[in-house]
Amino acid sequence: MGFEEVRFEQDSEKAIHNKPLQKALVNVTNRFRTARNKASEDVPNWDNLRAAAREIKKETIENLDKYLLMLEERVKRAGGKVHWAKDAEEASQIIVNIAREGNVKSVVKSKSMATEEIELNNSFEDAGIKVIETDLGEYIIQLAGERPSHIIAPAIHKTKEDISKLFSAKLGIPRYDKPEELTKVAREILRSEFLNADMGVSGANFAVAETGTIVIVENEGNARLTTTVPKIHVALVGIEKLIPRYEDLSLFLTVLARSATGQKSSTYVSFITGPKRSTDIDGPEEFHLVLLDNGRSKILASEETRESLYCIRCGACLNNCPVYRKVGGHSYGWVYSGPIGAIITPQLMGIDKAPELPFASSLCGACKDVCPVKIDFPKVLLELRKNVVESKKGSTGIGERFGIRLWRFTVEHESIYKITNKLSYYFQLPWKGRNGKLNSLPYPFSRWTDQRDFPAVAKKTFRERWKNNKGETG
Amino acid sequence: MVKVLKSLGVEVDFIEEQTCCGQPAFNSGYQDDARAVAERFLSIFDTTLNDESGKDAYIVCPSGSCTSMVKVFYEELFKNSPELLNKVRHVSQKTFEFSEFLIKVLNTVDVGAGYKGVVTYHDSCHLLRELGVKDGPRELIKSVKGVKFKEMELHDACCGFGGTFSIKFPKVSVSMLDEKIECIINSGADTLVSADMGCLMNIGGALSRREIPVRVMHLAELLASRG
Repeated sequence: MGFEEVRFEQDSEKAIHNKPLQKALVNVTNRFRTARNKASEDVPNWDNLRAAAREIKKETIENLDKYLLMLEERVKRAGGKVHWAKDAEEASQIIVNIAREGNVKSVVKSKSMATEEIELNNSFEDAGIKVIETDLGEYIIQLAGERPSHIIAPAIHKTKEDISKLFSAKLGIPRYDKPEELTKVAREILRSEFLNADMGVSGANFAVAETGTIVIVENEGNARLTTTVPKIHVALVGIEKLIPRYEDLSLFLTVLARSATGQKSSTYVSFITGPKRSTDIDGPEEFHLVLLDNGRSKILASEETRESLYCIRCGACLNNCPVYRKVGGHSYGWVYSGPIGAIITPQLMGIDKAPELPFASSLCGACKDVCPVKIDFPKVLLELRKNVVESKKGSTGIGERFGIRLWRFTVEHESIYKITNKLSYYFQLPWKGRNGKLNSLPYPFSRWTDQRDFPAVAKKTFRERWKNNKGETG
Repeated sequence: MVKVLKSLGVEVDFIEEQTCCGQPAFNSGYQDDARAVAERFLSIFDTTLNDESGKDAYIVCPSGSCTSMVKVFYEELFKNSPELLNKVRHVSQKTFEFSEFLIKVLNTVDVGAGYKGVVTYHDSCHLLRELGVKDGPRELIKSVKGVKFKEMELHDACCGFGGTFSIKFPKVSVSMLDEKIECIINSGADTLVSADMGCLMNIGGALSRREIPVRVMHLAELLASRG
């Protein structure tokens, strides 16, 4: 399942023709969107909160070196261990080594995009260690051997029937059709996995530099169990997940839950500072924090696109994106999808691996409107498009380059512009259809006219009309 | 647009040297080409605004997208050329999208137009989100005599145009358009009005291909109607 190359056009067409997926996308994104809109309207100063959250993220990212060292020191002080991973391979290696040293046979995991990013499950399996996802959506896609298709709802591409079939085939149980029955099956299996596991792996929604606390929000309670029952807890956290102060959490928890699911607060919010203390009755004996770079410091170095690191992974941009709503998560080729995927995948993986993604947007800006940290998606996408053009990759081939040159030459010379306008009236005649519009044009314009008419060029240009009568008549 | 402006007593001029603001290249990632074309635009309009006769002039544009290129994205495009940023600010202060000009500068909502039909309005993305224009076009439409205004569902969802997006990913673009057309039909309107040629070309192109009897009009066309 390793990352090769994004094939957005090809995969998005498959998604568009997948009827159950289309239905699921409408249902889920509408539900999240309605809930988010209502929850944000209920907060009187919502936009101010977003602006404040952005400011704090900006400050954090611009002083990331300082806050990371502070976090490291505070985690150690609380009795935890801190590991630095420069890339996916190193992170997996570190975590597998922790497991080996702890003589771990079985691992439970709570939902974490960072672990999806490094494909940690594969590394555990290669090392002969059993690993089980405990978030219901993640459990489903683990059984199916797939990637998440939504940041907060990883299995939305699966219908109830798909899941029923999958459970029956993989778990050797009869077919259950009701979601409640399927959930019960998973719950029973997972409960015993929690009790048998030697190690729990989580991500984190926030890591507080000032106190060395990691914060996890969830609704199923599985992250609480993952981080408290097994004797070792490992948290894999992207270096951008930091916030400076404990008091910043009230703001971030407010915007995160509302933006993600429209809840005022998620059902569970866990605050974890180091391993269990001598006075604690339960909790893990070891706590390891693995800080993941994996391309993030490259983003940090780019002033133009640095704000991509402000993201708190709420998924609101996906739910509001008219492109995501049609193409689903898998079209984006990697674990991150929607507008945030379109901006971070090319930056984390290298622009040559995903040159289509910055163009996989109509630049409508609906994502920017709902982003709780006000990431200026259109601006970042435009910057990445420039980088794609400069690196001469992807769909920006010779044809497009030539087209742009021709366009530039035309619009830089008024006389040529006028002649072109005039000539296009005659050139278009062979393609003019019965309805007076252009019904089929040669490639690449056929990509328009295959399903849409193109307006015909008028015989008399605006300039001519203007000259004759200063636009007096229509 | 010329007709409407003249009927409101505005003196209208058209500078024939002008061609394009540079947006197609900018949105496609060709920033150097965009900059060259944008510089040409800036120099033409800055000169005009500095003329004795152009002192009190405004630049009015019948497209939210082109207007936002000048008012929002030129800052981005010329951020490394401080000497041009002054020009950018000068020109962009004076630049208005058509509906915004009517409402903000002329303080006019009723332009004396008449049109018999049920009209729905599509929010163009750039006009709505980059320029923040939402209510103005609706007020203008509602003031047209004989018009019954119907809001469609998902009125602010992108129609799938997005410039070269529409030919880079035609299937995605058209599937977005399908949803828009469904909303238009469900609204019961017989006329669709918008304030951007890109959206109108996209929506209109599918309506005519599918022979759906909904008329597509630019806001200026509606406001110029005397029916």
